Amino acid sequence: MADKKNYFFDKPRNVAIVLYSLYFSCALLLLLDFIIHRHTLHPWEGLLGFYAVYGFVGCVALVLVSTWMRSVLMREEEYYHRNESVDEVEDHQGGNNVGH
Amino acid sequence: MWATEIPAFLPFFIGGIIALFTRGTFRGALMLATIIASGIHLWLLGDGIHLSLHFFEYELIPYRVDKLSLMFGYVFHIAALMGMIYSLHVRDTMQQVAAMLYAGSALGAVFAGDLLTLFVFWELLALTSVFLVWASRTERSYQAGMRYLIIQVLSGVVLLAGVIYHVNSTGSLAFDFIGLEEGVGGWMIFLAFGLKACFPLLHNWATEAYPESTPTGAVFLSAFTTKTAIYTLARGYPGTEILIVIGAIMAIFPIFYAVIENDLRRVLTYSLINQLGFMVCGIGIGTTLAVNGAVSHAFAHIIYKSLLFMSMGAVLHMTGRMNGSELGGLYKSMPKTAILCIIGAASISAFPLFSGFVSKSMVMSAALYEGHHYVWLMLLFASAGVFHHAGIKIPYFAFFAHDTGIRTTEPPRNMLVAMSIAAILCLVIGIRPNWLYNLLPFDTGYQPYDTSHVLAQLQLLLFSALAFVWLNLRGLYPPELRSVNLDVEWIYRRFLPGLLRSIMKWLWRTDATARAVFMSRLNGLFSYLAKLYYPGGKLYRLRPTGNMVMWVAALLAAYLWLLLSFAH
Repeated sequence: MADKKNYFFDKPRNVAIVLYSLYFSCALLLLLDFIIHRHTLHPWEGLLGFYAVYGFVGCVALVLVSTWMRSVLMREEEYYHRNESVDEVEDHQGGNNVGH
Repeated sequence: MWATEIPAFLPFFIGGIIALFTRGTFRGALMLATIIASGIHLWLLGDGIHLSLHFFEYELIPYRVDKLSLMFGYVFHIAALMGMIYSLHVRDTMQQVAAMLYAGSALGAVFAGDLLTLFVFWELLALTSVFLVWASRTERSYQAGMRYLIIQVLSGVVLLAGVIYHVNSTGSLAFDFIGLEEGVGGWMIFLAFGLKACFPLLHNWATEAYPESTPTGAVFLSAFTTKTAIYTLARGYPGTEILIVIGAIMAIFPIFYAVIENDLRRVLTYSLINQLGFMVCGIGIGTTLAVNGAVSHAFAHIIYKSLLFMSMGAVLHMTGRMNGSELGGLYKSMPKTAILCIIGAASISAFPLFSGFVSKSMVMSAALYEGHHYVWLMLLFASAGVFHHAGIKIPYFAFFAHDTGIRTTEPPRNMLVAMSIAAILCLVIGIRPNWLYNLLPFDTGYQPYDTSHVLAQLQLLLFSALAFVWLNLRGLYPPELRSVNLDVEWIYRRFLPGLLRSIMKWLWRTDATARAVFMSRLNGLFSYLAKLYYPGGKLYRLRPTGNMVMWVAALLAAYLWLLLSFAH
């Protein structure tokens, strides 16, 4: 059955609201670094915006390295099962509740 | 009081046996009552119980309750209760019985005061849990379960061998601090614990078996085996330096796999290993703050990881799909499940006010206090990474992303109730950490909520989210693809069988060549002899008797030569 209902994230405006609140929160947190003095244990912790930069750069690096890993490690889904007799029809563990 | 003599595993084992003979709602109610009664019993008794008996010249302690084991005892009861409510709709006797016995074995293991009792429950953990994998009743789950069982039983065998060495060198079966200085025994027990704790290179049994188990089975599996191993490490190897490095590696490498993995329950298993890394690190640092951190993180982790596995189990139960590439847009038809999943995701990501924040930060602070700066940087990276793959990826690809057009309904009510209990506990622990801290083995006076810490954590997490958004908008985020990624399991699923096949092939070929050469030589000999005797041959003219006399003479000559040569 076709689903004609318009859901929350079907409206681009709502997606934009979520994204802009994220940008705003990030900016605010970075600004707070100027106002609040964080007490630190590691010398790098005291750097302005250390956690923000570390989080952002770390995640970008994580995704780029993972994407590169795909070129080395990725195989087709049935890689291990080519020589094993797998009954594909039986291979579903649930899902008698789906309508389209 | 007589009741103090009841070890915690006993009600579960009796419950498991009763589950075998009862059916339907009655069985469900009975199982829940068993778990609740056992939990209340444990709560009322508190710590300080020490049950011992003599076995030949050794002292066995089948039941020991102190603050460390009690923490795990409590959380195992919570996990069993949530798992049992979650699986109330299941009408599969095998699963219900296995789940009860499995939870009982885990309780038996954490309350074991001697190594022999520990070994017995260690193997029972393997034997009972494998049925939760097999209960999917697919060829794939059968094979994954078989490999799981082999590795788990192997861990028990290594443990037993280590215990024998240990008893030989110390003369005691008691399960207290063991340490690696002891030599072979210490290392073997360490390896056995490490196998169950998913040490790097030894971790693939989990990533293989958990995604193949039933939607409800995975909830139980995620709670008990690995956390029992964390308990044994905390008991036997606190302050063992090598654990710091092992833990840091465990926290880092699975997140790379999690980013590119398509099966969302396998993503959760990789993030489970990542979380175990924090606990192993804490145990390795070994200070009171660090061990407290490891134990409280195990406590919080069991609850939010169950919640995440339950939410993904609900998706699998309702849609029959678990690949990120086939899911999306489910918030439209499963909004409650989506919200509960997000609470689990916020907890594992250690957002302030959620449970992960108050437990993980203890390990991080301990690493800094003890001057392990590189380890701290690695754990910080792992914290950002776990938010990236478990905190964002899981809810995003299942419930949001592109709408795949799947329309279903919320899962059965019992599933929603179990998830709600887990979600409430995540929030309660996050908001009132002192309730958790009061149960911890040591009193450290640690407080997680100060401005610096909250600000730092929020910056780390929100900028990680910003990175996710930026990568997605730039089209740099790896799409979900139907695929598998090679891991260490490749060695025993592909390389070794392949190697064995080539060796056998080479042997057969060599054997065939050797036979062929021999046969051709033999044929050559026959045709040479034929040539001699057939008409026109050199010996053709001799009569057979004359021929025979010549050969007898030759034999006698040879015999005579042998006799004279070797007479003395």
